[in-house]
Amino acid sequence: MTIAVAMSGGVDSSTVAAMLKAEGQELVGLTMQLWNQRRLADKDGMPEQVQGRCCSIDDVYDARRVAETLGIPYYVVNHQERFERDVIRPFVDEYLAGRTPIPCSLCNNHLKFDQLLLTARQIGAEQIATGHYARNEYDPVRGRWILKRPADASKDQTYFLFGLTQEQLSRSLFPLGGFTKPEVRELAHQYGLALANKADSQEICFIPGGDYKRFIDAYLEEQGESVPDTAGELISVGGQSRGKHEGVHNFTVGQRKGLGLASPTPLYVISIDHDRKQVTVGAEQELMRESLRARRLNWISIAGLHGEMRAQVKIRHRHEPAWATLRMNDEDEVEVRFDEPVRAVTPGQAAVFYGGDEVIGGGWIV
Amino acid sequence: MRPFLVGQFGNASSIHQEGQLARSAVEQARGRVALLLGCRPSEVVFTSGGTESDNLAVFGSVKSGDYVISSSVEHHAVLHAVERLVDRGVEVTVLPVDGEGVVSAEDVRRALRPNTRLVSVMMANNETGVLQPVEAIGRITREAGVRFHVDAVQAAGKVAIDVEAIGCDLLSISGHKMHGPQGTGALFVRRRTRLEPLFAGGAHERQRRAGTENVAGIVGLGKAAECAMEGLRGGAVERVRELRDRLETGLREFASGVNGGRTARVPNTSNVWFASLDGEALVIGLDLKGLAVSSGAACSSGASEPSHVLRAMGLPIERARASLRFSLHRQTTVEEIDRAIELVATQVVRLRELSAVPQ
Repeated sequence: MTIAVAMSGGVDSSTVAAMLKAEGQELVGLTMQLWNQRRLADKDGMPEQVQGRCCSIDDVYDARRVAETLGIPYYVVNHQERFERDVIRPFVDEYLAGRTPIPCSLCNNHLKFDQLLLTARQIGAEQIATGHYARNEYDPVRGRWILKRPADASKDQTYFLFGLTQEQLSRSLFPLGGFTKPEVRELAHQYGLALANKADSQEICFIPGGDYKRFIDAYLEEQGESVPDTAGELISVGGQSRGKHEGVHNFTVGQRKGLGLASPTPLYVISIDHDRKQVTVGAEQELMRESLRARRLNWISIAGLHGEMRAQVKIRHRHEPAWATLRMNDEDEVEVRFDEPVRAVTPGQAAVFYGGDEVIGGGWIV
Repeated sequence: MRPFLVGQFGNASSIHQEGQLARSAVEQARGRVALLLGCRPSEVVFTSGGTESDNLAVFGSVKSGDYVISSSVEHHAVLHAVERLVDRGVEVTVLPVDGEGVVSAEDVRRALRPNTRLVSVMMANNETGVLQPVEAIGRITREAGVRFHVDAVQAAGKVAIDVEAIGCDLLSISGHKMHGPQGTGALFVRRRTRLEPLFAGGAHERQRRAGTENVAGIVGLGKAAECAMEGLRGGAVERVRELRDRLETGLREFASGVNGGRTARVPNTSNVWFASLDGEALVIGLDLKGLAVSSGAACSSGASEPSHVLRAMGLPIERARASLRFSLHRQTTVEEIDRAIELVATQVVRLRELSAVPQ
């Protein structure tokens, strides 16, 4: 049976290809062309050197070299339209609506484990392997595919994978789940991969330099749309005006820098009200929340939630899971009540529920 | 080609005998290409390929203040060159095509202006094989005293070419499109046609193309031209057309149509539409089974982009994306065609089953 390897040109996915090849698996390497960096290169304020990762020619070159070294067929597939529709546009719209999106989760849900998996199946590969740090096992007792945290807790990517369906999980392989990053680099060396020392990618792949505000401006300009006027007031928790701001998309809950306010104590963004164009600021303790609501849920280790359930809940990628009780408010909304208040619950981010190492499921914070 | 790759490295511009040997081989090749095109040997300029020939024809002919007419289905070697002219103060009209991808000669006539410097229309389209009315356009340009360039890269070796019958002043061909080596090409330049060279340098190719000749490549191109002539005389057109028709008939059950199939085409090209399928997945799936076909144009990463030719024909983007190009050649066999039909059928059925799953 042929396995398609999603190859980004980085160390992780290249090592996956080498590992599976060494196991004697029949492979085909695929790289998704997702975004053309040159599209916005001439727009105001965009970095001159636009060298994003998953979309740059250099990375495609690296992936192709790995495939050649391993002697596996390799193709670049064009999924730019799907990426723009399902990742870029929602990313921009979420910010404009005063939320803080996670494009990596959208890309996993719509591109890697949907469109790319479909392409893989269309060309005769029934499974897809990626360089994600996660584990994925079938539990015959529960009759479900279980997504688990990886051996390397510092590289855990399960937070971005909570949206995978059982069908998607059944066709996905995460061969790096049992390894630490240093071990993976060591393996890359052992397999003779020239890119074993290549730097890890950190930022959002389509925003080289990481300045998402400029990206949004440039994208809307390219689309012939004007940035909607969401300028308004900065207010205190008590409702008093503290100043003006230039648009809700410039803020994220918990943000401290760039508020443009003088204050004896540090001020943070507490909440964003898109309809009123108001950004509430306050002291750090105002950020603490005892509960949150999440919608558009996906369940992994259980078929659905009935009654209450105890779980550890992660509310952003770099967040130590906090104990909470889950309860359904209605068919597609879960209420999460934390044992201890958590800091900066951010609409647009995901709440992912863990039971020990297992991902129970998750949803989008509203 | 071989002697010039392994031992005979004489420079065709040199005085010594080694050089003279190379010169003689280059001139023999020039004669063979001239025979293929129906022109004088002195009217053949060797280049590095179809792209350079097209660029030489366009940039060598036009200066600021001129006006150029071309078509929307040209190869990018012409289309992008013409687009670049706009930045240089040249006015450009890119003519539309009909639903079959054909440029109207009357449109060319209507588009003419007093300052028209160049009309550039291809002989056969590289994606659909559709033949353009170059002879009719040639009559119009001649009458108007306007320079006419024909990109015949896709036509050379597939159908007879006669620069006199076409009435063109410039005509591009490429070696690898007719079994010759890659990186070789030629431009027919009618006598007394003034052409500004692309490169500054030596006086090679009658001062039209500076740079030491690619002797081995040129010899290969000449041989390919000779073989193409033999093939054309020996009935290759009809034989290849029969095979192409066999392919299209065999695919009829699975395919949704042939793009440009209702008009005259070169015999070796077939652009087939498979409704609601992802052409890219089809191309890869077939390649993994050993059948090399193509879909659209390759972008810099190697992914495919929807064809500008099919889009120019007014076909929706979904159809452009669901279309494949099959290319045949003189040595294609009946067995290969039947095997191709079988592979495509299997792959199309597989894709249709998977596509039925809602996303």
